[in-house]
Amino acid sequence: MSTVVDNPVQTITRPVPVSQRGPAPRHVVTTYGMWLFLLSDIVMFSAFFAAFVVLRDHTAGGPAGHALFHRQTVLAETACLLFSSFSCALLGLGVEHRHKLATYGAAAATLVLGAAFMTLEVSEFMHMIAIGAGPGRSAFLSGFFALVGLHGIHVACGMLWLIVMLAQVATLGFLPKVARRLQCFALYWHAIDIVWVGVFTVVYLGAFT
Amino acid sequence: MFGKLSWSAIPTDQPIPLIAAGLVALGMLGVAGWITKRGWWTLLWTDWITSVDHKKIGVMYVLLALVMLVRGFIDALMMRTQQALAANGARGFLPPEHFDQIFSAHGTIMIFFVGMAFMVGLMNFVVPLQIGARDVAFPTLNSVSFWLTATGVLLLNLSLVIGEFARTGWLAYPPLSELAYSPGVGVDYYLWAIQISGVGTLLSGINLTATILKMRTVGMGYMRMPIFCWTALTSNLLIIAAFPILTATLAMLTLDRYLGFHFFTNDLGGNVMMYVNLIWAWGHPEVYILILPAFGVFSEVIATFAGKPIFGYRSMAAAALAICMLSFMVWLHHFFTMGASADVNAFFGVMTMIIAVPTGVKVFNWLWTLYGGSIRFSVPLMWSLGFMVTFIIGGMTGVLLAIPPVDFVTHNSLFLVAHFHNVIIGGVIFGAYAGYNYWFPKAFGFTLDERWGRATFWCWLVGFYLAFMPLYLLGLMGATRRMQHYAEPEWQPLMVVALAGAVLICIGIGCTVVQLVVSIRTRARRRDATGDPWDGRSLEWATPSPPPAFNFASPVLVNERDTFWAAKQAGLPAPGLPEMPAPSSVPVPERSGTGFFIAFFATGLGFGMVWHIWWMAIAGLLGIVGVALRLAWRKIDETELGGDAVAAPYLARDREAA
Amino acid sequence: MNTEAKAGNEREQPGAPGDLRASLLKYAGGLALAIILTLVSFWVSESGAVWPGGVPVLLAALAIAQMGVHLLLFLHISSGPENTNNIMSLAFGVFVVVLVIFGSMIIMHSLDTRMNDMPASPHATMAMP
Repeated sequence: MSTVVDNPVQTITRPVPVSQRGPAPRHVVTTYGMWLFLLSDIVMFSAFFAAFVVLRDHTAGGPAGHALFHRQTVLAETACLLFSSFSCALLGLGVEHRHKLATYGAAAATLVLGAAFMTLEVSEFMHMIAIGAGPGRSAFLSGFFALVGLHGIHVACGMLWLIVMLAQVATLGFLPKVARRLQCFALYWHAIDIVWVGVFTVVYLGAFT
Repeated sequence: MFGKLSWSAIPTDQPIPLIAAGLVALGMLGVAGWITKRGWWTLLWTDWITSVDHKKIGVMYVLLALVMLVRGFIDALMMRTQQALAANGARGFLPPEHFDQIFSAHGTIMIFFVGMAFMVGLMNFVVPLQIGARDVAFPTLNSVSFWLTATGVLLLNLSLVIGEFARTGWLAYPPLSELAYSPGVGVDYYLWAIQISGVGTLLSGINLTATILKMRTVGMGYMRMPIFCWTALTSNLLIIAAFPILTATLAMLTLDRYLGFHFFTNDLGGNVMMYVNLIWAWGHPEVYILILPAFGVFSEVIATFAGKPIFGYRSMAAAALAICMLSFMVWLHHFFTMGASADVNAFFGVMTMIIAVPTGVKVFNWLWTLYGGSIRFSVPLMWSLGFMVTFIIGGMTGVLLAIPPVDFVTHNSLFLVAHFHNVIIGGVIFGAYAGYNYWFPKAFGFTLDERWGRATFWCWLVGFYLAFMPLYLLGLMGATRRMQHYAEPEWQPLMVVALAGAVLICIGIGCTVVQLVVSIRTRARRRDATGDPWDGRSLEWATPSPPPAFNFASPVLVNERDTFWAAKQAGLPAPGLPEMPAPSSVPVPERSGTGFFIAFFATGLGFGMVWHIWWMAIAGLLGIVGVALRLAWRKIDETELGGDAVAAPYLARDREAA
Repeated sequence: MNTEAKAGNEREQPGAPGDLRASLLKYAGGLALAIILTLVSFWVSESGAVWPGGVPVLLAALAIAQMGVHLLLFLHISSGPENTNNIMSLAFGVFVVVLVIFGSMIIMHSLDTRMNDMPASPHATMAMP
């Protein structure tokens, strides 16, 4: 679309700026709404990050991070999430090309990697609680369990959402609204991986610094 | 089976809540009876409760706000009366534990369920119309947002008769709000009511931001949309950025209370001051979330009733954006006295003074809009003029409070209370009334009665000054806030004057109700046949009153600011707006019970969590998921409305206007 | 909506095979970069090779870089006109996040240093009644 603007000297054709082209297509609006939601989610995480950092040294005589965390576990968890981000990207391609097998396969890989992450994290939590380093032990541990636990809840909810989306693909096929929802899921899944980068850096690597 | 809930939760020994509950029950029965008599139940369900139309949802928000205004105001009257009585050894009529719940409920209700609800309601109704859109970006989500707010209202009001409310003030500072010092359910009611309605508010913020940025009609670039849309945009951006902080902080307090965490406890390393810091990192943007839409209302009203475009459009937009950014850089001024160093205090003091500048820019722009205009002293304009005087006084006392050494004397005194009521009443409430009177005819097809509108305004204006100017003096005399009684007899006369002011405001609220009843009864006389009762400038006035569900028959083509005004000046009869070709059919979003049912289950979740009825909470959560899944598999998302049905409302309007 | 304008280059229709290869390469590249940045972070934290005072800054820089990789390569943030809203909102979000985290740290540190010394002994771990 372009408008023709006359001036006495010459005729200029300028493209209409995006802001004046009228309502955006449905999938642009929907994914932008998801983007805004994710930004709000990241702000929520930042409050938990702030609380964690402030309370990091308030161990009340109890164990501190370097005594509790295992680098190998964190590295494994990070690998799970990174590769799941890749499989999620493949999922996006499968949806874009309306390829059911690719979609199911990539989704399955994402779920498996997500489950691996959750298993590692839950067993870490359970171990810490068993040795008396649960969230009620000190403010530091409260901050840890809340921040990392919140992230874990996000991963778990994401997995449940993916399962629902697979059911939608199976029963409804690649309807436009199903494709939009999968696009939103992909944004979500990448965002929680971004949050994890912050978590492993600040919480885990930060404990050893 | 029922957790902590037992029959002893009903306050049989306290007459006031029982009487209040009785009156509310009677009122609700009366309304139910009236609806039954008129046979309106089906209509109520299909046209309102399950509606996803932004206009209906906006009206419901405003109605909710007005009802809660009455509820919150009764709290205010009780407090004023108590303080007028309880001087120098007199005990008044409200025991301390009751008084504490009243001031906590008053603040919570007024901020969340009057201020927020009213502003969100106005923005919901007006924004899509002003940008030439058919609805908001996510209509069903919009309904969810409203009903979740209603859940918050329900939970808070249930606390009056089942259990108790928080006694901590409206921000529930720990350690008082921790389990050790508030073992009852009061703080839990507060937490769940705010958290649940907070989700609704966040979703609404996302909805309106996406709407304004992505759904403006063709040709409406950013610098061509009405100033109300600019302030709505900045307000909703603030909601998206600030409400998650509230969610997080209240969640941390919830974890402390329910799972024995130690974020804000006195022991095991908890840091009470961290709560104050985080809650105000939300709290300050919150007050700008409240005031920005009001600023937008005044811009629209002043431009319309001066018959001139808003002066300094660009600086108005820039000021709104500046306020948006700066509002995140001042929050420590709410706790200067908590003990940060002079450097830190000074930084935030200076930032607080700086944020007064964009507001000052707006005030001057409103003045210059009025200057040289042909002014019509309508009720909305009177509210706007009252706002300008009142808000400036409040703003100046704010700048005074921004000086840390001054604040060390006035923090948490009645001076502070007077300041924030000055700006919130003078700004948000006056803006609400202005918007209510201004857009009422668009929503319902007839204008409100002017005489009762003026009566309301004068009662509120005089009442406000009577009620709050004495509080400035009292604050400087040393009176602190939230006093159930005090020793100084010399404070009492001022307290009595303040009570007189509150009574006058009460009469003003009464006038509001009378205005509505009278207006409905005599509506035939004040029909808005043209859709443009005020000779308006923006696109909402180009639609019939009330607009059809789909708002615009043909999409409007905008090529300048105030396109509708320009079209009128060019002598074209409305809807002589430049328009795109008429579509053969128009998609209308399908109505849905999703919002109502999600809120129903959310009420179960909240109530169950408050009383530790775990099965109820889990059922509530599962119910919410179930309703969402049902929506996900919905077969029909929109209905196509055919050409005749689309053109009919506009043809009818043109016939009547001719 | 009949008047919907194509406001961007976002596609709803299936893409061509050439695009598929380009996308796959981008994602693989993103994964590789992210892995490298992660491993470097772990190494920086573990080995004594980096001066301890600089470790936190370096870790922060690596984390931000990796977040950037995710944003660019997985979330497709670009500087096109259709993406302006996304970038502006992201900038606002980052602004708030920085203020909340660093603002809180500065404020709480200031409050902490000015608090009278509390007994730091293990005896202070008794729970309140």
